Amino acid sequence: MAGALFRILHAGPQVSVQDGGRRGLMRYGVPASGPMDRAALAIANTALGNPADAPGIEVSRGGLTLECLSGSVGFAVAGGGFILEAGGARQGSWQVAAISAGQRLSLRPGPWGSWTYLAFAGKLEVPDWLGSAATHALSGLGGGMLATGGQIALATAERRAEREGPIPCPVSARPRHRLHVVIGPQERFFGGDTLTTFLTRPFHVTDAADRMGVRLRGPTLAPDATLDMPSEPVLRGSVQVAGDGVATVLLADHQTTGGYPKIATILSADLDGFVQLRPQDTVWFHAIGPEAAVALARRRQRSHAEYLGRLALRQPLMPAFRPS
Amino acid sequence: MPGFPRFRPVADHALLVEFADVSSETAHAAVLRLDRALAAHPFAGFAEAVPATVSLLVDFDPVVTDHAAACAALRALLAQPAAPGAEQQHHQVPVCYDGDCAADLAEVARLTGHSPDAVIAAHLAAEYTVAMYGFAPGYAYLAGGPPALHLPRKPAALRGIAAGSVIIAGAQCLITTLTMPTGWWIIGRSPTRVLTAEPARPFLFAVGDRVAFRRIGQAELGPALAARTGKGAAA
Repeated sequence: MAGALFRILHAGPQVSVQDGGRRGLMRYGVPASGPMDRAALAIANTALGNPADAPGIEVSRGGLTLECLSGSVGFAVAGGGFILEAGGARQGSWQVAAISAGQRLSLRPGPWGSWTYLAFAGKLEVPDWLGSAATHALSGLGGGMLATGGQIALATAERRAEREGPIPCPVSARPRHRLHVVIGPQERFFGGDTLTTFLTRPFHVTDAADRMGVRLRGPTLAPDATLDMPSEPVLRGSVQVAGDGVATVLLADHQTTGGYPKIATILSADLDGFVQLRPQDTVWFHAIGPEAAVALARRRQRSHAEYLGRLALRQPLMPAFRPS
Repeated sequence: MPGFPRFRPVADHALLVEFADVSSETAHAAVLRLDRALAAHPFAGFAEAVPATVSLLVDFDPVVTDHAAACAALRALLAQPAAPGAEQQHHQVPVCYDGDCAADLAEVARLTGHSPDAVIAAHLAAEYTVAMYGFAPGYAYLAGGPPALHLPRKPAALRGIAAGSVIIAGAQCLITTLTMPTGWWIIGRSPTRVLTAEPARPFLFAVGDRVAFRRIGQAELGPALAARTGKGAAA
């Protein structure tokens, strides 16, 4: 099977290769990395007939423009409300289509969302680090960041004409303003009033945001005790509060330990929707108990698996999955 | 310690097991004991464990298990007699303390009231334990720095500090693996890679291993640094 080659005419900041992630290495300081919006990469891959965790390209609001130098290949785009132009035609970004030598493919921010995913019907030639092509942005290890002037090569490339057409955007892919959290694990550093403030007042996403985390703007969450805690492990979704009372939500490339207290931890299933927010967007935190958190995780997982299953088989989707 | 261990739920998919509120060797030993027991007898749905100084984070798949079941499995492991300790490896790490390699040596000497040679001697005399990894890939926190060299971090971090820098703060020492900002004191440079770029053993240290430093001069550092370039991704 022939390959395909692309020149990168433009890559904004924070455009990188990502796959399902690098699990099991947090004990060595290595976070899982992988897509900021995990469901979206899985959807792009599944719509194209790839394994859900195959390497693809994560595109930030900085956008990406590629020129196909050789070959012909099917591709899928899912995640966020971006604008896709391929071969001169402008279309919605939830799409399976194809591109051939001489044509351009561009993705730029549209009406909503912060991240979109580009998957190819072929094998991306990218470096692997510790068994995964996911890029750890801070070190550049893994598949790597995309830079203007660089190239992307596919070792194999094929058209998948039978899969071409729009991908139905599930309601769950939309930006999420109301975030479920489980309080803790270091809530003891905060007084009752501070916890009430955290759960009843709005916070705003800021532009101090990257793959490691996003800083929030909102009421000060001053920790009560002196900040003398031993470093403890942290996770994607940890809401960490620095000594100045400012909260940061840790994301895909999070540090694995931290010496600041975590007032709460956002449920995994709400993080895909959280990262699709834009600076100035409002968020509210809603506390639930651990049992309810597990029940919610299971419901979301079932619904996502069912959506992917239908997408893989190109079956009509349930009404609940139609775009809102 | 009364009241410990404490089991704290973390989101929908983890438990933080705390053995103390403040650092102690006893608490760290308990962390490593539970970490070993869990590696030997993982419960259904167990994903990964992250040891820190006084706590162990236990991550699980919420589709398979939940906090209560994970907690019960961990309590059962804690109730069993300790598994035999893993073989602790001893590592000797070469360090160059000369010239550009040790940007903060003079300042550390001034602040601690010692001569630069005495700072180097104290750093070399101590034996360190790999307490945990954290912050960034391969950042192994070595505990056991000599009290004579305990300094708080600098008020502000300095950017662009080279990989392989040997840095200290408080009782801790670290060999950096990436070019990164740091607020710790830079007292040397090592050609040793904690991110080894060797697939069979990608990380040089296991948590609990012992580390001692050996002094080398710039004449030895240069060739050692050159020999490791081009050996893989982990520059």
